[in-house]
Amino acid sequence: MDRVDWVLLIARVVVVFFALLLTVMILVWMERKVIADMQTRVGPMRAGPRGILITIADGIKLFFKEGITPTMADRPVYQLAPVIAMLPAFLAFAVIPFGRPVELFGREVPFQLADLSIGVLWILAMSSLMVYSIVLAGWSSGSNYPLLGSVRSSAQMISYEVGMSLAIVAVLMYSDALRMSEIVASQDLVWNVIPQFPGFVIYLIAGLAETNRPPFDLPEAESELVAGYHTEYSGIKFAMFYLGEYLNTITVAAVATTLWLGGWRGPAPDVLPWLWPLLWFLLKVLLVVYVYVWIRATLPRIRYDRLMAFGWKVLIPFGLAWIMLTGAIIILPDVYGRDAVVTAFAVGFGVLVVVSLIWPLVARRQKQEVGAS
Amino acid sequence: MSERPRTDFGSATGAIARGLGTVFKQIFRRDVTEEYPKEIEPPPPRSHIGRHLLNRHENGLEKCIGCELCAFACPADAIWVEGEDNDPDHPVSPGERYAKDYQINYLRCIMCGLCVEACPTRALTLTSYYELSFETREEAILTKEQLLEPPPRLGTSPGTEEG
Repeated sequence: MDRVDWVLLIARVVVVFFALLLTVMILVWMERKVIADMQTRVGPMRAGPRGILITIADGIKLFFKEGITPTMADRPVYQLAPVIAMLPAFLAFAVIPFGRPVELFGREVPFQLADLSIGVLWILAMSSLMVYSIVLAGWSSGSNYPLLGSVRSSAQMISYEVGMSLAIVAVLMYSDALRMSEIVASQDLVWNVIPQFPGFVIYLIAGLAETNRPPFDLPEAESELVAGYHTEYSGIKFAMFYLGEYLNTITVAAVATTLWLGGWRGPAPDVLPWLWPLLWFLLKVLLVVYVYVWIRATLPRIRYDRLMAFGWKVLIPFGLAWIMLTGAIIILPDVYGRDAVVTAFAVGFGVLVVVSLIWPLVARRQKQEVGAS
Repeated sequence: MSERPRTDFGSATGAIARGLGTVFKQIFRRDVTEEYPKEIEPPPPRSHIGRHLLNRHENGLEKCIGCELCAFACPADAIWVEGEDNDPDHPVSPGERYAKDYQINYLRCIMCGLCVEACPTRALTLTSYYELSFETREEAILTKEQLLEPPPRLGTSPGTEEG
């Protein structure tokens, strides 16, 4: 690497950093506006045109508030936890390709910070680091409610990480790549969301739990736990948790976009060839985030034991079964030939359809017999 | 061990989908928010929700006869009335007595309307002026002269001009 490469790299880092902050700003405003829309309200209207500067107003307010450290707090850990909340969210975004590579100063510049050969593993690693910020914050506050919130949260995040990883593994098998750019490249004909739709659904649900968004916002649960793990935080430290949470939402949406929705791919006219992939990427990310906000506006928080039961007894077995099926789809044609496998799957599907049609009739009769006795 | 009801994933998915659809439909409904200090929606014409008004007869005499029934009815002790005998040559109100002083403290008033019900001459009524914000404690006590005047237009109270 010569000097120009370094300058380009640093420039990319700075641009991505500020672009992410800007996206968080717009995301918070968008979330409030969309939820308001769904509740026949108007949402923030005062700061800037239609309230778009509300996040800046919130940020300034939080910045100038007094930061209180509880007397019982473990000071160094208490100071460190908000930073840990933000860092992995930023770092995870480093491997996301958000545009087509361009020619600049006679060399190819990828729209991506680092195209790691283990890109997907990097994302899994970073998302598992998120748990630390919550555990440390809850523990170091030296207070009951934050501790309860963080205990709930760590159990929840670790459980759903398994389901999330299973969904991602299926994509890795199907795309036959760990490098993010290769996964995007493998989706040039069909986006993974079509052949890997069950995996996509698993990922979206697990992503909700990973980012602690409603209906899985038990770590915060403001109606029961005050505010969960960040009860004792105020001022700029609280703002960092808030920022980390929204950054995480963006990252989860960006990963979903890259792995299932074809990344930056989309129809593009010839003018400004670098711009269209970027716009497609943004559009897809916003779409996923919109669905998350929509779910938040609709579903109530679920009970904790139901949350765990759903994660362990539904998502994980379902994910395992889906991996097995994906593996079968990939390997069996090589072993037995394409036609035999297609026939086998068709017969299996037909049997499944027939059984699902007949089963309700049988089940109803059984229920009636029970009711008669 | 009691038998737990089995989760029916088909109907659960259907219920969630219906819920999402219901929420999505709300986007197209009219927003109910009022941009209050910017655009002030006039209250219904017959509403009696706000400041009091001391009424006059058509010939200009005050209806209030200084009986203090409103002050006795007031559960918050917000009304101060001082009655006096009318000067027969220059009567302030028809009858023997009138209110020399009449004050309502809006830091105490709870807008229950019992004073209005207690008034035997319909001298005291409520208006639709609800902007009862004040900058000092003294301002919150309205005097007889102020209560005889109809309330000002909405949107002129302190604090509303910033909207």
